[in-house]
Amino acid sequence: MAWRDDWRRVRAIARKDLTTELRTKAGFNGVAALGVTILILLGLALGPDGAALRNAAVGAVWLATLFAGVLAFNRSFQVELESGALEPLLQYPGPRWTIFAGKLLGNLVFVTAMVAIVVAAGVVLFGVGIPATWPTLVGVIALGVVGLVVLGTFYASMSSRSRAREVLLPMLLFPMLVPVLLGATTASKALLGADLMHEAGAWIRLLAAYDLVFLIATFVAFEHVIES
Amino acid sequence: MSNGQSDRAIDVSGLGKRFGARWVLRGTTLAVRPGEVVGLMGQNGSGKSTILRIVATLLKPNAGTAQVNGLNVVRDATAVRAQVGYLAHTPGLYDDLTARENLKFAADMLGMPATVVDASLERVGLARVAHERVRGFSAGMERRLALARLFLRTPTVLLLDEPYSNLDAAGVELINSLIGGIVRTGGAALVALHELAPARGLIDRTLTLVEGRIDAARPNLVGAAAGVA
Repeated sequence: MAWRDDWRRVRAIARKDLTTELRTKAGFNGVAALGVTILILLGLALGPDGAALRNAAVGAVWLATLFAGVLAFNRSFQVELESGALEPLLQYPGPRWTIFAGKLLGNLVFVTAMVAIVVAAGVVLFGVGIPATWPTLVGVIALGVVGLVVLGTFYASMSSRSRAREVLLPMLLFPMLVPVLLGATTASKALLGADLMHEAGAWIRLLAAYDLVFLIATFVAFEHVIES
Repeated sequence: MSNGQSDRAIDVSGLGKRFGARWVLRGTTLAVRPGEVVGLMGQNGSGKSTILRIVATLLKPNAGTAQVNGLNVVRDATAVRAQVGYLAHTPGLYDDLTARENLKFAADMLGMPATVVDASLERVGLARVAHERVRGFSAGMERRLALARLFLRTPTVLLLDEPYSNLDAAGVELINSLIGGIVRTGGAALVALHELAPARGLIDRTLTLVEGRIDAARPNLVGAAAGVA
């Protein structure tokens, strides 16, 4: 059945990307280390004031995730380019969206693991307590990661064949991520506090809608982007 | 759209391709019939690889048309990809995966059963290094592995870009027997070559590209022209 073949292709690409990353010493370790390093630097820049650190924790964690994530997205297509494997990948029969879905799935696993480390480091370094609403907070982080990975994977595919891809990717990606960053940080901050204004729900809905719209749009646009 | 049945396995007509301001192909016309192996010759930059990449649906032409078994390579690209086996100049393997993992990945992408992987490795003589990472392979071993990937299934049209590079005498013999096997069952092959020697005995006729056009004045290096192109 066609959908079974498509799902097999999606899993194959994700598994191949993750296996490659696990075997490349500079892969996951490097990206996670970058995320933690950014957190430490931001902590040092903010100074020893505990209240200021706690107040800035959410923003610091999301910024660290954003910058380290860009490195991960660039790597996911670099694997294809370094070995000249992009053409064989595009030459396989089957719909193009399976390539995007496979890359997306691989990046989701990769970035989720990286975010787990960055969040844990943020909790320790910035002295943030775990709130009673932590399941909702995990949901917000998941929505933020989905938004980041969907757009990151798409724009990485767009910039992958440019010689200036390291510069091009953040230039294309960061403006598009403003709503994700705003929604994720505001909702997270509200959930870490008392959420007296009941604003978390509205931001979570915005985040979910943004993810959904761009998930559909990127799947539709990927075929044109990868072939141009 | 065609039903895929055609008296021409590859039919290229008035093909034009531009990269920036430079036209690499300027109205190239050629045809390859089922059961035929055609050598495409020409100097570096003459457009050999560009033709193969267009027929393999990896590039879109700026002018003209290309068909594979009656299917248009732009309009029916997905159907064409299912019929074409393309061997690029670079092997396009994943260095951090083993030989077996590379082929397993290809089998998954092609919708082939995993059982074909070991048989294919055996056929190209790489079964003993199946569990070694490709990073440590020689250029010839990489070429053999790329061949194993190409012949995981049985494509009806082969597009081979300098397939003999980095292969020893046994490798040349292997690729000729693999191509011969496809052609005997009614398949066709278009092979970009720098020199004819390794393919002698396999190639039915040659075409020479000069500045993006088939040069009709150049002789068929194999023998009498076969009547097309």
